[in-house]
Amino acid sequence: MAAKKQQGFTIWTPTASGDRGGNIFLAILAVVAVAVPILNLVVPSSSALHLSPFGITLIGKYLCYGMLALAIDLIWGYCGILSLGHAAFFSLGGYAMGMYLMRQIGRRSVYGDPILPDFMVFLNYKSLPWFWHGFNHFGFAMLMVVLAPGLLALVFGWFAFRSRVTGVYFSIITQALTYALMLSFFRNDMGFGGNNGFTDFKDILGFDLHSDITHVVLLVATVIALAASYLACRAIVESRAGRVMHAIRDAESRTRFLGYPVESFKLWIFVFSAVIAGVAGALYVPQIGIINPSEFSPINSIEAVIWVAVGGRGTLYGAIAGAVVVNYAKTYLTGSFPDVWLYALGGLFVVVPLFLPRGIIGLVTARGKHK
Amino acid sequence: MSSRKTLMLDKLTVSFDGFKALDDLSLKVDPGELLCIIGPNGAGKTTMMDVITGKTSPDSGAVRFGEDLDLLKLSEAQIVAAGIGRKFQKPTVFEQLTVFENLELALAGTRSFLKTLLARISPLQRKRIHEVLEIIGLSAQRDAPGSILAHGQKQWLEIGMLLMQNPELLLVDEPVAGMTPHEIERTAELLRSLAGEHSVVVVEHDMTFVRSIARRVVVLHEGHVIAEGDMDKVQKDRCVIEVYLGE
Repeated sequence: MAAKKQQGFTIWTPTASGDRGGNIFLAILAVVAVAVPILNLVVPSSSALHLSPFGITLIGKYLCYGMLALAIDLIWGYCGILSLGHAAFFSLGGYAMGMYLMRQIGRRSVYGDPILPDFMVFLNYKSLPWFWHGFNHFGFAMLMVVLAPGLLALVFGWFAFRSRVTGVYFSIITQALTYALMLSFFRNDMGFGGNNGFTDFKDILGFDLHSDITHVVLLVATVIALAASYLACRAIVESRAGRVMHAIRDAESRTRFLGYPVESFKLWIFVFSAVIAGVAGALYVPQIGIINPSEFSPINSIEAVIWVAVGGRGTLYGAIAGAVVVNYAKTYLTGSFPDVWLYALGGLFVVVPLFLPRGIIGLVTARGKHK
Repeated sequence: MSSRKTLMLDKLTVSFDGFKALDDLSLKVDPGELLCIIGPNGAGKTTMMDVITGKTSPDSGAVRFGEDLDLLKLSEAQIVAAGIGRKFQKPTVFEQLTVFENLELALAGTRSFLKTLLARISPLQRKRIHEVLEIIGLSAQRDAPGSILAHGQKQWLEIGMLLMQNPELLLVDEPVAGMTPHEIERTAELLRSLAGEHSVVVVEHDMTFVRSIARRVVVLHEGHVIAEGDMDKVQKDRCVIEVYLGE
């Protein structure tokens, strides 16, 4: 009887279905990386097929959000850690990049101070605060893009996981974390430009941020970073460590009982996820051209979790697809029917867990099986 | 792998808000022994398991494993590493993972994040997993997810997961609750075959099951031992009859 049960039974594991979907996703990324430069740089601007700089920025934004969703899915979908503060890591990466871009402006700023960014001159700073030193070097700034979110996640996660804060309590304190950061970054005396944040960037590594070619290169860099993060996450979830993460998600104390240091698994995976979010933020800022404290706002983190839920939790590529689809809908709705967006978002909140527990990807793979 | 260490519980006392769950409990488990612990609800059976595995710390008393290992000084994970495995009352196998993967995670050894990231199953480990699949009779279900297993099969998988860690001492909490008579028979066979090579402590309510496997039975009541010996002796004990029949 037992043998009969096994026959004809198809196993569903996220990794098994993830391979095919994931490969399709990588192929789509490759197409984007090739098509965007051609449609923008080669196709003449008179053609209907021409991709405007605005279009590139939009795609770049969606992909950065996709990377944030990927980071959330790694910890939520596979390890059961629901962070409602992941936009904080995204924003920290963005701020680190923004500090580099601010220092690149130099004499071209409105006040023309060679060292101090405009907002510091305006706020009567006499010299550069200590934590701004080094950000004139691209390499140092990139190090900070990784270190700032990574270290925050390490310290925050160490305290939270060590105290065995889990489930909804963890989610609530991550909300508090991002809210506290938002309030701090709003303060002028923090030295991060207060509520205006950073903007009016000129160039990156000497390349003009307003030229099409720079936009194209930034987009391709985003595609590469997204593909690399996806492959890294996939390698993790397909390793034995990935199976331990599954085990933690489904039966945490049982996993602890097998002798796995559950807290350290959670901590490292949380730090890695925060770093991916930070890199996504760093790629977002030069493409969008602005970073300010509202990026830390709690609703941003919650929206990002909705992207993952809509796309399909625990598939990695589904989270990215969810981010793109929801943000495309947001762009469209806020443009055409500005009043509708918040209702649509609220509706997603209700409809997705009720009717699409496995998201869009779950819907697609279920259809595929019936055929 | 054969068991060499004796488990000694010495005058353990645990109280929760004034209620004494364990009261001056002393107990010895010899190497390779199959010991059954019975007792009415609230007798302290589960609390005793919790203390041995490090989940609960006692107010006083000592727990020793072998000559010089003080279990009270070890963390839950260290106690597992020291060779004590526990099967919980409610089977908790990892439902999303296959039977094979469940056993893979239970393999002795690699536990750190970085090492599991790079871990591959060695041919020797694969062989061990297949051996255990054989012992617990789940070879045919190796690629099925834990969620589709029948209740009895989940219990066996749990015992298999314990075996993957090569424990010297197995603590088994109510293994046959909710099982069919056929499954109970299979479980008795399985536990009997494990004794000798491992020390096995079984907590169980089902008297016919206890009779069928136990050489030595210990009866707990209100946190301490009220009788011990073989099943026949214990069943004739006046204290035991009072406790069970509510005289």
